[in-house]
Amino acid sequence: MMRFSVVVFPGSNCDHDCYHVLKHVLGQPTEFVWHKEREISKFDCVVLPGGFSYGDYLRTGAIARFSPVMEAVQKHAERGKLVIGICNGFQILTESGLLPGALLRNASLQFVCRFVHVRVENTDSPFTRKTSKSEVLEIPIAHGEGSYFADDDTLAELKKNDQILVRYTDRRGLLTPESNPNGSLESIAGICNKRRNVFGLMPHPERASERELGSVDGIKIFKSILEMN
Amino acid sequence: MQTVEITPEIIQRHNLTSEEYDRIREILGREPNITELGIFSVMWSEHCSYKNSKQVLKLLPKEGSRILVKAGEENAGVVDIGDGWVIAFKIESHNHPSAVEPFQGAATGVGGILRDIFTMGARPIASMNSLRFGKLDSGDVATTKRLLSGVVAGIAHYGNCIGVPTIGGEVYFDESYEGNPLVNAFALGLARREEIVRAKAEGVGNPVFYLGAATGRDGMGGASFASRDLTEESEKDRPAVQVGDPFLEKLLLEAVLELLKSGCVVGIQDMGAAGLTCSTCETASRGSTGIEIDVAKVPQRETGMVPYEIMLSESQERMLVILKKGREAEAKRIFDKWDLHAEAIGRVTGDSLMRVKDNGVLAAEIPARSLADDAPVYAREEKEPAYLRKVRAFDPKSLGDPGDLNAVLLKLLDSPTIASKEWVYRQYDHMVRTNTVVLPGSDASVIRVKGTGKSIAISLDCNSTYCYLDPYEGGKIAVAESARNVACSGAEPLSVTNCLNFGNPYNPEIFWQLKKCVEGMRDACDAFGTPVSGGNVSLYNQSPKGAIDPTPTIGMVGLIEGREPVTSFFKEEGDVILLLGTTREELGGSEFLKTIFNVKAGLPPRLDLGEAGRLVNLLLGLSRAGILKSAHDCAEGGLAVALAESCLLGRRGEIGASVKMPKGALSSEALLFGETQSRVVLSVAEENLKKAQRMIESYPFEVIGRVGGDRLKISLSAGPGDLIDAPLRVLSHAWRNAIGRRMGV
Repeated sequence: MMRFSVVVFPGSNCDHDCYHVLKHVLGQPTEFVWHKEREISKFDCVVLPGGFSYGDYLRTGAIARFSPVMEAVQKHAERGKLVIGICNGFQILTESGLLPGALLRNASLQFVCRFVHVRVENTDSPFTRKTSKSEVLEIPIAHGEGSYFADDDTLAELKKNDQILVRYTDRRGLLTPESNPNGSLESIAGICNKRRNVFGLMPHPERASERELGSVDGIKIFKSILEMN
Repeated sequence: MQTVEITPEIIQRHNLTSEEYDRIREILGREPNITELGIFSVMWSEHCSYKNSKQVLKLLPKEGSRILVKAGEENAGVVDIGDGWVIAFKIESHNHPSAVEPFQGAATGVGGILRDIFTMGARPIASMNSLRFGKLDSGDVATTKRLLSGVVAGIAHYGNCIGVPTIGGEVYFDESYEGNPLVNAFALGLARREEIVRAKAEGVGNPVFYLGAATGRDGMGGASFASRDLTEESEKDRPAVQVGDPFLEKLLLEAVLELLKSGCVVGIQDMGAAGLTCSTCETASRGSTGIEIDVAKVPQRETGMVPYEIMLSESQERMLVILKKGREAEAKRIFDKWDLHAEAIGRVTGDSLMRVKDNGVLAAEIPARSLADDAPVYAREEKEPAYLRKVRAFDPKSLGDPGDLNAVLLKLLDSPTIASKEWVYRQYDHMVRTNTVVLPGSDASVIRVKGTGKSIAISLDCNSTYCYLDPYEGGKIAVAESARNVACSGAEPLSVTNCLNFGNPYNPEIFWQLKKCVEGMRDACDAFGTPVSGGNVSLYNQSPKGAIDPTPTIGMVGLIEGREPVTSFFKEEGDVILLLGTTREELGGSEFLKTIFNVKAGLPPRLDLGEAGRLVNLLLGLSRAGILKSAHDCAEGGLAVALAESCLLGRRGEIGASVKMPKGALSSEALLFGETQSRVVLSVAEENLKKAQRMIESYPFEVIGRVGGDRLKISLSAGPGDLIDAPLRVLSHAWRNAIGRRMGV
């Protein structure tokens, strides 16, 4: 069993969706944690869910990073425990410096919600260990600002340390311009930190974790986390 | 009291007639002051009072065994879906604001309808919308594109941020909407039966709270703005369009649901159209009480606002909450948790008056009921429109040869009304909350209710060309098509919400259109056993170029229990394709005529309600038996377009079909593109064909072909050659890119 917490910021939208998968689909002990909470030491994995924290006014994730809970999340990560940030959660992780780079406005300048394909680039992480290398997962995206960007040095560092965990591809696993839905640098869909215990991704694995929703590829990411112990 | 002299000119500026003004004097027993005049003008506007449509709305059936809250009783109707679960839903127009400022107009339309749902204690679980614009190929294309992209971006902005999935709807293009787009927003919420609350001000002495955003001068008199024609001058009405803040509404949504669960609320109402005025007098009227507020206590974001402005402002994201006396501290903890500003602004009284004070000084005093319920009701003059004789006399046979039928099909798939709407719905988060089990694009969108085995299917429909050519038949067909769409997804149609979009009712020809459409809707709702649980009326939809086509938008809600929904697209190579229904020589009012010949005329298809009802029952039977691989309604573009869509709609890839049709006496055009009603394209696995045939033998049907390959082929069972033979990739390219290529993105 893993103890999960799903952080609720004002404006979080996918909090219930993550909770549903962890609690009801996977049967794990899961609790909501209000953003004003400072004590989260009992949890093994913190989920920063999608949504529009603080309305995403100013800049996505820019205000949420100052929530009291984020100090606790920082410490949680320093202890080597797991953090996964999905969509807005990924944006908050880059804003707070837990992950490098930034998420810019989609190249189309439009919000995009649809199923996409991502290829697993690396299985050596607590988030991808139940997938196989180059496996193509069908998972939805839903964001207006998901274009991953990092400077050259950061990108080189990410590659050197195998921190790029998923990339957008076509259904066969090929990198093509058409299969990059938002203009992300090198089609990057998700990265982890150097220590490999913090993962951020734009696609929503919680939306692809039940057969009725059209894909169960996303649950592999949550099941990977369960392998921890 | 303020001393502004009430002149005939001021009365006229408030859109009140001299007879209405006399009535106000009679009610008050004196001359009104300017604040009172403003209050009457918004409450007696068409938007709030339905004064011109009430007589007609009475025709609609409102009773049903599942109806818990009837149309007109509350902010939204409530329908029982069994096992203690209820749904609250409604559709409402935001046409005029969207014409003037498309982004904010559409965004606040979404915000308003969501507030109507969650103030009833139901958590909104789905939004949809019905959108209508001018053409993307002719007329003022630049304005139409600006309106389309603005409206879609506004809906996306609000819906995505608040986290309620926008799961589909309809988008329709026709020159009658040029400069007067229609934006009809639908929302549906879910609750336990005992959680539903009423917007009543009860219990003398209970405190009245103001919750949410501060009041500004935005949206001044929006309800009266929405109740007159759009003119060149309407640009000057931009201050009458409100500005939305979806993040604040998300906080309000969570706080209100938490507040209602706590049990410290007596009544709650959104400050929507007519703002503080409407919410105070309506809650008092429903509770048979009075209400007293002091506008000086209302949080304001602008200085120097007078009572008139505060009472009429339509600033968004505000609520009126009547609490149980003594529970204020408990409520405050919830307001504080969500960082919301709440102020006590008054109390419930026993004198049936709506009393407004300004820092203790009386500013207005009006019997609450007279505002909410005693608006004048008019029986407007009606007259059959002169244009009808001309358009109905048209005979489609008088047109020449349409040319190559493959090219015709391609052109239809490329017409924005028929083409894929992915360009629109991919901008909406249609999956958040992980309940959307049938994504946008199918006949109906379907959401599941987790842990109950129930799903809800919703379809928004109206073919306004039919309504223009024959309002009665058009009204009937709008209901029948939405029922058919819901049934194609395997759901039993339960109830209807409607948004009646028409031109100026003072024109007897327009009023006739309204009445005939409603009569058609009534007969169809009776036939399907689907009462009307609520809705909204939007009149005065006309620009200097004329009125819009009559558009009674129907929102049909259906229930699926213990089964998976059925989708519209073909699934597997070798499956057998059947066509339910008889095709007749019916091309009048078709997309074929509009797109290929640029003709909007003829007699639209006739709908037999008995046949339509049998079809719905048949579809439910097939779906319960679990043998439907796909089911897709034949609508705009006829059989050929329905078959093409069934080939193209699958997310995991397209799949072809080969079809042979018995021709009989039909023209090829009517066979392929005619829009005869009550027809559905089904596919079943070979091994279930016999069973399916047995189940549908009482209804006309044909086994017409098989799924497979990468082309769509339609030929005649007797006679040489193919009518249609086209590679899917060509059809797909036209259909998928039609809107995007015109919008340039």
